[in-house]
Amino acid sequence: MKRRELLFIFALLAALVLVPLLASNLLINFLVTALIVALAAQGWNILGGLGGQISFGHAAFFGTGAYVTELLQLRFGVNAWLAALVGIGVAAALGWTIGAAVFRARLRGSYFALVTLAFAEVLRILANALEFTGGATGLLLKLQPGAAQFQFESRAVFAWIAIAVVGVVLLLTRHIANSRFGAQLVAVRENEDAARALGVDIIATKLRAITLSAAITASAGVLYVQYFLYLDAQIGYGTWISIEALLAAIIGGVGTVAGPVIGALALHALGELTKGFAGSITGIDLVIFGLLLVAAVAFAPAGIVGAWKRYVGGRRNA
Amino acid sequence: MLEVSGISRSFGGLKALDGISLSVAQGSITGLIGPNGAGKTTMFGVISGFIAPDAGSVVYQATDITTEPAHLRARRGIARTFQIVQPFAGLSVGENIAVGAYLRHASPSEAKARAEAVAARVGLGAMFDRSASALTVAGRKRLELARALATEPDLLLLDEVLAGLNPSEIRDILPVIQDIRASGVTILMIEHVMQAVMALCDDIFVMAQGRMIAEGKPDAVCRDPMVIEAYLGHGAAARMQEAGNA
Repeated sequence: MKRRELLFIFALLAALVLVPLLASNLLINFLVTALIVALAAQGWNILGGLGGQISFGHAAFFGTGAYVTELLQLRFGVNAWLAALVGIGVAAALGWTIGAAVFRARLRGSYFALVTLAFAEVLRILANALEFTGGATGLLLKLQPGAAQFQFESRAVFAWIAIAVVGVVLLLTRHIANSRFGAQLVAVRENEDAARALGVDIIATKLRAITLSAAITASAGVLYVQYFLYLDAQIGYGTWISIEALLAAIIGGVGTVAGPVIGALALHALGELTKGFAGSITGIDLVIFGLLLVAAVAFAPAGIVGAWKRYVGGRRNA
Repeated sequence: MLEVSGISRSFGGLKALDGISLSVAQGSITGLIGPNGAGKTTMFGVISGFIAPDAGSVVYQATDITTEPAHLRARRGIARTFQIVQPFAGLSVGENIAVGAYLRHASPSEAKARAEAVAARVGLGAMFDRSASALTVAGRKRLELARALATEPDLLLLDEVLAGLNPSEIRDILPVIQDIRASGVTILMIEHVMQAVMALCDDIFVMAQGRMIAEGKPDAVCRDPMVIEAYLGHGAAARMQEAGNA
């Protein structure tokens, strides 16, 4: 069972690695966007899936990763790779800070969700208003292809980097899910009192989770700016990424290792398809997303991965 | 091993605990009994760190732990079960127990092996891979016990682990508790099933309406008029006396 999961991860990554070799630039664009959402969803899944702390504001981490990376390069001439690392670090620190404030105040459930949303919205408004962050016009990173600048002439190379990052996070998530930290995090999700009685430090466990979660989602923001080179408040701190991260994880399978990646790929494939079929109707893909979410919650609460496991399990027992 | 003295705790206008003192000797099974609403579970909350007392102190192995948070007390070796069972419902029986085992064992394989051993010990071996939500009431009580045991405690607080079990289930679990004591774990138990209390306990403390009304050996406590009145109402002891003489 455990071995099969690992096999599945490598099969998925191998299949993804092949795509850029065969695909058009348009398809690679699609793949990179889906991978960025997948990565944001993987970050969300650590805190929301394993830890049960449902965040509506992961844009705060995505945007912070993106803005710090871009601003350090633009305003201070810092090397792109170093800027990316600092961006991830700053977002992780932001995650820890939000967590320290919110978890110590014992906010849970919908209160936690609302506070995270508020943090993301405050950051969006600030980024939109301040001259330093480019205001409403946003920031454009100078096009200078080269590995040293974390920019690549070939889109395929960038896609492979994104696949590698997603792969590393898949393995990391799998490691966490099978570790002491993972078991304690899940215990906190299931029943805080019982976890405390068994010696689990609730606040420390949640803080570790939100810090790691923020760092992973920030890396999605970093990839976004390095690929598209453009950033504004709506992209960085807008609710779209908060919602897509949560949607991909829920539709793929909350708390599962591969769920967020599968969910992101499935959602984006579906989004592209519906745009192709019904391109003339604006927002039709969003309508489909909404219907899918309702369907997932009603019929497959454990997402695609959960439904698949049940199907396979049912066949084996038959 | 455990010395609790002068604990008071009010909830609004209700004085749930009023100057409660009790002590638990190393290696003993000590009973805490009393009618419903006496404050027994609140007392467990204070000892295990879930409820902060307004006054008084909790001293465990010569260390004052009155203000220590619950998870640190668990690390010290105080484990508790919950009267209203609190399983991790989404997890398997084995995963539930492993959370307890992780307290002393960082490695997943060690924690799992430890969980398997504990499950076998309390009679949950066959249910190890089943979902905790599939357990019967008796199974859930065993799971509470198993998780607490997996933390390798020195002092085990059992809050009505026998309540809701039928006589044959009680008969099955009594030897498990005796076996736990035999392995060197000190036990403080809240229990309503008097047959079990009489069979297991070395010392008994009796609470009623937030006060400690009696303490001593099981047979002496049972004859104590104060205890009889607490359970059966004011004047009950005198009436029983009359009935006995008639």
